[in-house]
Amino acid sequence: MAKDLVCGMDVNEREAAGTSTYRDKTYYFCSAACKKKFDEHPEVYIKSDEGDSEEDEEGESAPEETQGRGEKKESEQKLERMDLPIVGMSCASCASTIQRSLGSLKGVAKANVNFATSKATVLFEPQLVKPEDFISSVKKSGYEVGIASLEIPIQGIECASCVQKIEKALLLTSGVINASVNLAMGKAKVEYLPAETSFVEIKKSIESTGYKVLEIGPKGEIEDVERVVREREYRKLKMKFLLGAILGLLIFLGSTRNWFPWVPSFLSNFYVLWALATPVQFWIGWQFYKGAWGAFKHRNADMNTLIAVGTSAAYLYSVTATLFPFFFKKGGVRPEVYFDTSALIIVLILLGRLLEARAKGQTSEAIKKLMGLQAKTARVIRNGIEQDIPMEEVLVGDLVLVRPGEKIPVDGVVKEGKSAVDESMITGESIPVKKEPKDEVIGATINKTGSFKFQATKVGKDTALAQIIKLVQDAQGSKAPIQRLADVISGYFVPIVISIAIATFIIWFNFGPSPALTFALLNFVAVMIIACPCALGLATPTAVMVGTGKGAEKGILIKGGESLETAHKLDTIVFDKTGTLTKGEPEVTDIVTTNSFAEDDILKYTASAERASEHPLGEAIIKRAREKKLELQDPKEFMAIEGHGIEARVDGRSILLGNKKMMKKREVDVSGLEAKAEELAGDGKTPIYVSLGGEAAGLIAVADTLKENSVQAVRRLKELKLEVIMLTGDNRKTAEAIARKAGIERVLAEVLPEDKVHEIKSLQSGGRRVAMVGDGINDAPALAQADIGIAIGSGTDVAMEASDITLIKGDLRGVVSAIELSKRTIRVIKQNLFWAFFYNTAGIPIAAGVLYPIFGILLNPIFASAAMAFSSVSVVSNSLRLRRTKL
Amino acid sequence: MLEKLVMTVLGLLLIVLVNWYFFFSKRRLTSAQIRQTGIQEVKITVKGGYDPDVIVVKKGIPVRLNFYRDETADCSDTVVFGDFNVRKPLLAFQTTSVEFTPEKEGEYVFTCGMGMLRGKLIVR
Repeated sequence: MAKDLVCGMDVNEREAAGTSTYRDKTYYFCSAACKKKFDEHPEVYIKSDEGDSEEDEEGESAPEETQGRGEKKESEQKLERMDLPIVGMSCASCASTIQRSLGSLKGVAKANVNFATSKATVLFEPQLVKPEDFISSVKKSGYEVGIASLEIPIQGIECASCVQKIEKALLLTSGVINASVNLAMGKAKVEYLPAETSFVEIKKSIESTGYKVLEIGPKGEIEDVERVVREREYRKLKMKFLLGAILGLLIFLGSTRNWFPWVPSFLSNFYVLWALATPVQFWIGWQFYKGAWGAFKHRNADMNTLIAVGTSAAYLYSVTATLFPFFFKKGGVRPEVYFDTSALIIVLILLGRLLEARAKGQTSEAIKKLMGLQAKTARVIRNGIEQDIPMEEVLVGDLVLVRPGEKIPVDGVVKEGKSAVDESMITGESIPVKKEPKDEVIGATINKTGSFKFQATKVGKDTALAQIIKLVQDAQGSKAPIQRLADVISGYFVPIVISIAIATFIIWFNFGPSPALTFALLNFVAVMIIACPCALGLATPTAVMVGTGKGAEKGILIKGGESLETAHKLDTIVFDKTGTLTKGEPEVTDIVTTNSFAEDDILKYTASAERASEHPLGEAIIKRAREKKLELQDPKEFMAIEGHGIEARVDGRSILLGNKKMMKKREVDVSGLEAKAEELAGDGKTPIYVSLGGEAAGLIAVADTLKENSVQAVRRLKELKLEVIMLTGDNRKTAEAIARKAGIERVLAEVLPEDKVHEIKSLQSGGRRVAMVGDGINDAPALAQADIGIAIGSGTDVAMEASDITLIKGDLRGVVSAIELSKRTIRVIKQNLFWAFFYNTAGIPIAAGVLYPIFGILLNPIFASAAMAFSSVSVVSNSLRLRRTKL
Repeated sequence: MLEKLVMTVLGLLLIVLVNWYFFFSKRRLTSAQIRQTGIQEVKITVKGGYDPDVIVVKKGIPVRLNFYRDETADCSDTVVFGDFNVRKPLLAFQTTSVEFTPEKEGEYVFTCGMGMLRGKLIVR
């Protein structure tokens, strides 16, 4: 059965009133009129036909859609080409795996995966295979396709059919993998291959449907929508609270007229009190009913349940007493109302929620701050043209231009120009860092002085900032083991409290003093109200959130609650030497001269000679000469003698540089310098003999020196009662010299890299809790073995798997800060848990009236509600104290 | 005396009922659907609780849970999978996806930020 494209009727091919052939395809019609219309404008009907077929086929099974695309290209035979960026390839064999997998797809004529460019190029028949298939094929091979995703606000989407129209247009755009339009939000979410299409193309295709694309706001826009809603609710809550407070005050005065004789008597009329309490109960307190019902449907019970049931009990009792006082009198009970109880409980709890909402918003401030750092646009140079594009579209390899005062959009390497960059937001380092060609720049940092161009090396979720955000988010989501008990309890808490409350009621009703019903009711309400487990639930997570957030602000990334908890129990800290305690690159420490030469002359000649060498010691000498602004010359007749040193001619003078063997070989008498050379070697330095014109001229000592703050960090760690140990592969003499300077007594020297793990293990087997500080790459096994691995990062390498704590900048004082922060956070958690437990375990029996038989103490439900409202506020505020920690 | 007896019996019944309803009543299981992309997906509406709240997934296949938060009430603003180190803020009236691959069979509880709302993920 065919379909008449003009009128939409189903037509039997053999009985059709007319047929037409258009682009090699035959169409059938119910009548000559339809055929005529079709023949006049065939493309109109074919287009709508394609549309229809897609409308029916949504989601995964949409073969028609592909066909539609194929027809649109006008040729069934023509192959299409698509480039897919592949993520996660680490070797050339990965490339061939993907290539095989893509090539085996039906409809793929040729697939080629290039490991170097991380790209897959596919030639395919669009009617047989879809880009989605490529993606799932790549995923099945264990890799990801680099898909960009955009949320595009669109003006004027009003009906469901608009949604379909836009979605269809988007899906027909080549390079678009997935598109969905959200009517309520007025937004299209588009997933696309950035190599194939761009925001501009996507925008065009949306606008071709007649809708206008609004400016893309900052990335946090959704969050802003949420914030607006939240703020509106906050204001509403505040308004309700104020109204409730006024009504509550009137009810309170009316109920306690014997304390306040000046209060007009009508206020204590039961009916007046009822009238005042009703809006509080059902309008101001409506959210508790709503919440309780929502939870009840899911067989959950939460604090809303407790409040709704508790206040309703007091309220309904009072209504009964107002309407049927004779019923109470008959039972020998004086009818009393407790409208003040129900109303004031609601008002106080609202107050608690207001305060809590404000405080809770502050606990996640650190992560919001980090997210806000993200640049919105980037100025890239493509094909020689400067253009501003959204951040999401910057590709690896793009040349990006940054002007003074602008934010650096993504991570990269400087290609051209010089500047100073403020990296404080990422590393915590407050002094701007100089940038020259070949230097790394980090996205989200701010360019201060000059313009420069850099090549993007990491974009999207691979940038340092994105990694930091993810790390912090994960950390804030993790649980500290200390919290487990609290978790178990809060899950069973509410139903158990309800049970206790009912039991309290029964006991007071059966055994309590007269009026038994009143006592039973009030104590029932008090138990329900005081037992909010909020404080218990908030105790740990808020502290972990504030603690890890605070760390992130200072460039200290903590993996999670567990790391925090272990870090505060450490007693031993092991430092790797090279690159951790020391700068990791040698520098000139001493220059010794014989009488006939000046220091600068020696430096000038040696540095000039070293220009031809590539030895790291030589670089240190050149660096020092440059610092002193000495003019260097190119050496002549340069020769390097392996294991000995170098020889060259500078400015007509012959120069020898090297060890004692070198000098001996060239018969230079260095006996006057030998004593000094040995002394320098004893300090862990490498002495280099210098001879000018065949005469001993002096010594230059080169050594890997301590970082500026290493000594201070070691001292403070000792103050924290930690034993500090140095671990290194260097010979004992050099190692001990450095350790002495750093203030470290215990040295594990001559340890092969692969034995570092064993050293950590043997320390642990002695019952120690060991932290290992090292770089995340060479020391990874030792970091993983240690109870706490602290990785010293530099620049953009923040994703350090093996470590529990990552310091973004190399300053060792970060180690001290991290340990101090963990100690403080754990202290706050313990305080919080103590108060929360104490509060709930002590509060419930008192509310139930256990103190009454002996001391005559009962807890008024109003006080119970005040205490409860402030318990969670106090816990959150206590956690927020961590924000003020000085690190 | 009679009224005391009646009250006691009623109260005890109520206690039993409360505990049965919240702890022991049978809950509906929902199985995740495996999509063509090789991911098992479930949509969960968050409104005073998780609906569905007991989800069955298969071991070793990536799971994507799409949480649609149909309210602004503070309580549900975060979802926590403690065993998978996931803590995700849920934006009001938005779908937030939580993704991970369960490698071990067992029952994993997920909760709101304070552990009040609860759901269960059963990995088979």
